[in-house]
Amino acid sequence: MPRFLTGLLTLLLLCTGPLWAEEVVLGLSKDKVSITTSFDGSDILIFGAVKREQAIPEGPPIEVIVTVAGPSTPLTVRRKAKRLGIWVNTDAVEVDRAPSFYAVQTSGPLREVLKDVEDLRHKISVPRAIRSVGAPSNISDAESFTEALIRIRSRSDLYQLREDAVTVSEQTLFRTAVRLPAALTEGDYVTRIFLTRDGQVISSYDTTIDVQKVGLERWLFELSRGQPLLYGIMSIAIAIAAGWAASAVFRMFRA
Amino acid sequence: MQIYLPIAEVSVNAFLLLGLGGIVGILSGMFGVGGGFLMTPLLFMIGIPPAVAVATEANQIVASSFSGVLAHLKRKTVDLRMGTVLLIGGLVGAALGVVVFNYLKAQGQVDLLVKLCYVVFLGVIGGLMFIESLNAIRKTKSGKPPARKKHNWIHGLPFKMRFRVSGLYISVIPPLLVGVAVGILAAIMGVGGGFIMVPAMIYLLGMPTKVVVGTSLFQIIFVTGFTTLLHATTNFTVDIVLAVLLLVGGVIGAQIGTRIGVKMKAEQLRILLALMVLAVCGKLALDLLLMPSELYSVGAATGH
Repeated sequence: MPRFLTGLLTLLLLCTGPLWAEEVVLGLSKDKVSITTSFDGSDILIFGAVKREQAIPEGPPIEVIVTVAGPSTPLTVRRKAKRLGIWVNTDAVEVDRAPSFYAVQTSGPLREVLKDVEDLRHKISVPRAIRSVGAPSNISDAESFTEALIRIRSRSDLYQLREDAVTVSEQTLFRTAVRLPAALTEGDYVTRIFLTRDGQVISSYDTTIDVQKVGLERWLFELSRGQPLLYGIMSIAIAIAAGWAASAVFRMFRA
Repeated sequence: MQIYLPIAEVSVNAFLLLGLGGIVGILSGMFGVGGGFLMTPLLFMIGIPPAVAVATEANQIVASSFSGVLAHLKRKTVDLRMGTVLLIGGLVGAALGVVVFNYLKAQGQVDLLVKLCYVVFLGVIGGLMFIESLNAIRKTKSGKPPARKKHNWIHGLPFKMRFRVSGLYISVIPPLLVGVAVGILAAIMGVGGGFIMVPAMIYLLGMPTKVVVGTSLFQIIFVTGFTTLLHATTNFTVDIVLAVLLLVGGVIGAQIGTRIGVKMKAEQLRILLALMVLAVCGKLALDLLLMPSELYSVGAATGH
């Protein structure tokens, strides 16, 4: 029975194959980023080819969009206002899910290579990648909070939109480099490639880049979460030892 | 050389941290203060998340105070009995402080609280110290010996105890209260509290100046150690890599500072310290009063 089902599935896939006339074959310069103590950001080269059974179709040329998204977390965006002469946080909007890192790179102006409906469906552009549903009823301008989030994260290169950063040659080969900044959180970074023609997504492909703390970084981070008491005691012990060593060394100099 | 801090999750220049530690160490060696009140705002400025800066600074102060107290123990200028009374108050205060800190963190007001604390305390202490040392300089110039008050309302309180090293026979209530106040500040502001405790011990408790610094350092070790543990277990915000870099710079700087310090007059030192305290206070006050260039800030979800 299972064998029959898989057979049927294969058949179905084969049937749908010709509809997906153009497909992505992808390569990554690395699928694992290790955060070591001396980690200072990382460049990832994403390259690939468009696989097709027949000749290049007529009409507008193929365009490529590459997105890399870090792990999403819920966030709070706060706004300051002047109260009693000083600036304090007054309004807050909860954002349901926002990626810790998000890069969009395209082979042409985003509005030209991607239609708005398609963007809405695949959640490609930066504002679409952030999910924010309800704002408290006392806040009328919830969008300005999302805009602020994008502005703040763009400033530290955590959100990037780079148009014309993907090079496509002969409508077949494409490549781009994504710069991961130094202040990176760990997790699975979902990398998506979209092929578009006339603003319509005709094919997509996704894979993950594994970003992880390694070595000492990993050990310390895990100790601080798993055994916080032991970690705290260790921090104090190191501090006391350093203090003692400093005074011992100083005494040696004086003697 | 960039270095990635595992808990703060930011990448900073290691030499910048060593340098900051060194400069603050020189100042703390010169003036006999922990330097936490300078270091914590500096860490905010280079982009360390405030919660991490406060918790890590507490850990760094353990190191510098321990180094200092060893020297004082040798000279027998530590009143262990007074230190223990202050410590009991301090531990209670630190526990209260972490509760307040965590509550305000959930409200999104922790930055405001920390900054307000800094402005108020630095302003008051800096101002008082400035006036006091100006008067002292004027008096030494006119040649009059400084007058010293002996008895005040503190001597009327119950539960008296004898503190032999300080040569005092006073109620335990004022030192306990001083301890609680400093403990709360240590937890909220990420400072040892020396800059508050030292004046309180001299002017409020009437302790002789020579035992004040050693005793306050003794108490600070335990309070900041306890604060470090509380932050490590409840907030997971102690960054040991950051602490080590700061304290390496700090202990070296402190030794240089001590040598500069012995060459200067006490009044000059105090007036310089007062000016520095007021400068930090002014900078933080401007941050609160002037319109910030970015009105919005991003924080972790509170999760109702």
